[in-house]
Amino acid sequence: MSRWLPYPVISAMLLATWLLLNEDLSVAHVLLGTVVAIAGSWVLVRLEAPPLIFRRLWIILRLALEVVVDMTRSNVRVARLVLKDKRDRTPGFVRIELSVRSHYSLTLLACIITATPGTSWVNYESTSNVLVIHVLDLVDGDDWGQIIKVRYEGLLKEIFE
Amino acid sequence: MNAIEELPVWAAILTSALLLLGSSLALIGSIGLLRFKTFYERIHAPTLGSTLGLFSILAASMLYFSIARTRPVVHEILIGIFVTTTTPVTFLFLVQATLYRDRFEGSDPLSGLSEERQSVKTPTGS
Repeated sequence: MSRWLPYPVISAMLLATWLLLNEDLSVAHVLLGTVVAIAGSWVLVRLEAPPLIFRRLWIILRLALEVVVDMTRSNVRVARLVLKDKRDRTPGFVRIELSVRSHYSLTLLACIITATPGTSWVNYESTSNVLVIHVLDLVDGDDWGQIIKVRYEGLLKEIFE
Repeated sequence: MNAIEELPVWAAILTSALLLLGSSLALIGSIGLLRFKTFYERIHAPTLGSTLGLFSILAASMLYFSIARTRPVVHEILIGIFVTTTTPVTFLFLVQATLYRDRFEGSDPLSGLSEERQSVKTPTGS
């Protein structure tokens, strides 16, 4: 199993993507999708990707809900900042000491931070596990490190670690 | 295309509202790209178009084609997933390249950060 199907979860997701793309459940497409899914997971072996294990998959729904709400809210905030062209805006960098370490947690966190307008991922050092983000408007009193930790890190940890 | 004539009024209104919302967000993002003065600020603006802007347009497309072709359309969900997982890659490349250049030129924007100082403010440059 591990030799022929090294990443079962990722292969299943690839197959599902293939079938959704073709909107077809015929035997031919299932076979072709299986070939793609297995070949794709062999590429990951070459890339030495760590195994993908979901500890608590349903928490991903809670995380998704949280992200959608935050994303919408920050979209409105950034749109307002652009239109007002406020001069007293204070952009800046924030240093956050992370406690998640797994590749998949970090990847998802990068997607979330990038997908939220107003924050962007700048630098991550794996030796010290320190992340630096750029914030478009550092409102005084907002502790971004705490916000990221409370909102996302706990959930990510529950999903992957 | 005469499907649009068969579209119920509520669906037509909802589709156009979503399309307008999505395109306005993309437009505001582009205005921000023009207005903000430093690279690290500019990187935030186009995200409007690639997140909520994109999702509104995808929702409009899903609504229209589900009703006009009377079958659910799932391709839009895949487009959403592909875009959200691939934009960070480009963003990270751009940011890393800028950071490298800044450090190479001797003005590391992150040099003020330390364990005691968790955040540094930068001038808006405008």
